[in-house]
Amino acid sequence: MKQLMKGNEAIAEAAIQAGCRFFFGYPITPQNQIPEYMSKRLPQVGGCFLQAESEIAAINMVYGAGGAGARVMTSSSSPGISLKQEGISYIVGAEVPCVIVNMVRGGPGLGSIQPAQSDYYQATRGGGHGDYRMCVLAPGSVQEAVDLTQDAFDIADRYRNPVLVLGDGLIGQMMEPVDMDKVADRAPAADLKEKNWAANGHIPTEDSPRAIINSLYIDPQVLENHCKRLQAKYDLIAANECRWQEEMLSDAEIVIVAYGTTSRIARSAMRKCREKGIKVGMLRPITLWPFPDAALRKTLSTAKAYLVLEMSMGQMVDDVRLAINGERPVHFYGRTGGMVPTVAETAAQIEQLAQSIAPDDGTCRTEFEKTVRGAAEKIDAAAEVVGKKLDEAGKKITETFNSPELHKKAQDVGKQASDFAVRTADTVAKGVTELFGAIGKAVESVQKDLKDIEQQQKAESDESEPPKDGGKEGE
Amino acid sequence: MEKQLLIAGFGGQGVLLIGQMIAKAAMHEGREVSWMPSYGPEMRGGEANCAVVVSDEPIGSPLVSEPPVLVAMNKPSLVKFMPRMPAGGTLLYNSSLIEGVPLREDITVIAVPCNKIAEKLGNDRVANMVMLGAVQKATGVCTVEAMRDTLVDWLGAKKASLIEINEAAMVEGAALA
Repeated sequence: MKQLMKGNEAIAEAAIQAGCRFFFGYPITPQNQIPEYMSKRLPQVGGCFLQAESEIAAINMVYGAGGAGARVMTSSSSPGISLKQEGISYIVGAEVPCVIVNMVRGGPGLGSIQPAQSDYYQATRGGGHGDYRMCVLAPGSVQEAVDLTQDAFDIADRYRNPVLVLGDGLIGQMMEPVDMDKVADRAPAADLKEKNWAANGHIPTEDSPRAIINSLYIDPQVLENHCKRLQAKYDLIAANECRWQEEMLSDAEIVIVAYGTTSRIARSAMRKCREKGIKVGMLRPITLWPFPDAALRKTLSTAKAYLVLEMSMGQMVDDVRLAINGERPVHFYGRTGGMVPTVAETAAQIEQLAQSIAPDDGTCRTEFEKTVRGAAEKIDAAAEVVGKKLDEAGKKITETFNSPELHKKAQDVGKQASDFAVRTADTVAKGVTELFGAIGKAVESVQKDLKDIEQQQKAESDESEPPKDGGKEGE
Repeated sequence: MEKQLLIAGFGGQGVLLIGQMIAKAAMHEGREVSWMPSYGPEMRGGEANCAVVVSDEPIGSPLVSEPPVLVAMNKPSLVKFMPRMPAGGTLLYNSSLIEGVPLREDITVIAVPCNKIAEKLGNDRVANMVMLGAVQKATGVCTVEAMRDTLVDWLGAKKASLIEINEAAMVEGAALA
């Protein structure tokens, strides 16, 4: 049977029904109903609720309980989640499963207590240090918050990695019907193995060796190997755990991308715009990491433009642009600081976008447009006249070239040129031959002269220089 | 068919409860419902309101920024939210606590002297139930039977003795709508 429940309370009950027996937290609006509910219910089921002295203490208690193999959860809202980041990084490094709920409120700093989605970067990029990823689940209704919270425990155990449930003040405070009977006593997923890695005081065996829960790797080579192994795990999460919902996408020229609360507002706006004939659809990421890139790229077949709707100054819009990779314009509309966009203003954004991508029907909406269009028409007309004149000139040129007289003249000129060339060539050849002959003769005569001079010189030297041996030669 | 209501008043007047009762009754009749309270540093005597949406299809926005139905339990709520109503909307206001406010002429106005009737019945705390009866009758957001079942369910066995006066309050309220 369905019952009316607040998002926060429904998440808490769902966690208990999924086997969560430990909760550590510190109060903060707008998620206080979670610890409040847990403080009442956990002792009833033999679990432990503990209000820690701070968020930092709480997340480290989660680290401990998770390391001992228990199903454990903590919850907070933006500033409190910031405080937990160090612990989250340690938990990831030590490969400890746990579930963290962030009911986002306006930031930065202490911010406001009203709903926001401005922790998207922190959630999907890792607010803590180091190379790490976390599966991030973003419910869009109270029933989905219940289902995803339960799935979160399975995903956390499957990959030995924390899972973040990312809601906001609206998801947490809103009441909607949920069917708790269906999710009662939910057993862990069938593929989950026993936690033989857990540090629970067991006697070491071959199957379950001595357990050490740690994130310190002093040797950088060992740490690199560890990080590579973690990365392989993230790749596996990306391949297996990506979730999204498609609405009215089959013919969508405008594709809205929105999650959680804004997807609800987008849905209402979309219905209004569909009534006006605008082809608009929505892709709602359910996992923010892994982000549904492939599903989004499939919408390229019909999409002319994208509209990302967020309660932030624009964070998920980055992931949409990465997925679309510049192939279509990606627009953004958002309210932030705790302000929630209304259906009317969202619908207005969609209508404006629809107008900008509509085929040009020649309608002028402004005086400026009228002036520009007028000028463009005049230029078109002038261009047409010029074009016609050029055509005529072109025809005349062609006609002239094609006339028989011109052909004959060309032939005559050609023959004359050819004759002249032949004559000239003969003359030139003769001249060249004569020239070479003359050069040859000149060279010969010069060589003869040189020889004469040489002989004469020799004769002269014989007379003037007596032999060195004084005629010894003749003896 | 979707119905959107905004119910506003002082904290402590049972404003949020009026909304929850409507949402629960409609839910038990198989409708889609959502209930969204204003939240924050609220306290008794401060401002409180909730938005209720009842629909035949999955609900989009649970927020009601232009309320077609406004329930105003005190003067500040009326002054704040009446200007946001679309023309043709329905306003139900607590005439025991609200007077001297010029009311719009393009909306249906129903005056319900909640506190006066509650006092007559002998318990001022059922003033919100008087209004609940009037809202049910004026909007048809759920049936009288569903509303009564929800009331009985809410009071439970421990407070069964209070069913009579609460039900009487609802009947009185309905008679005015």
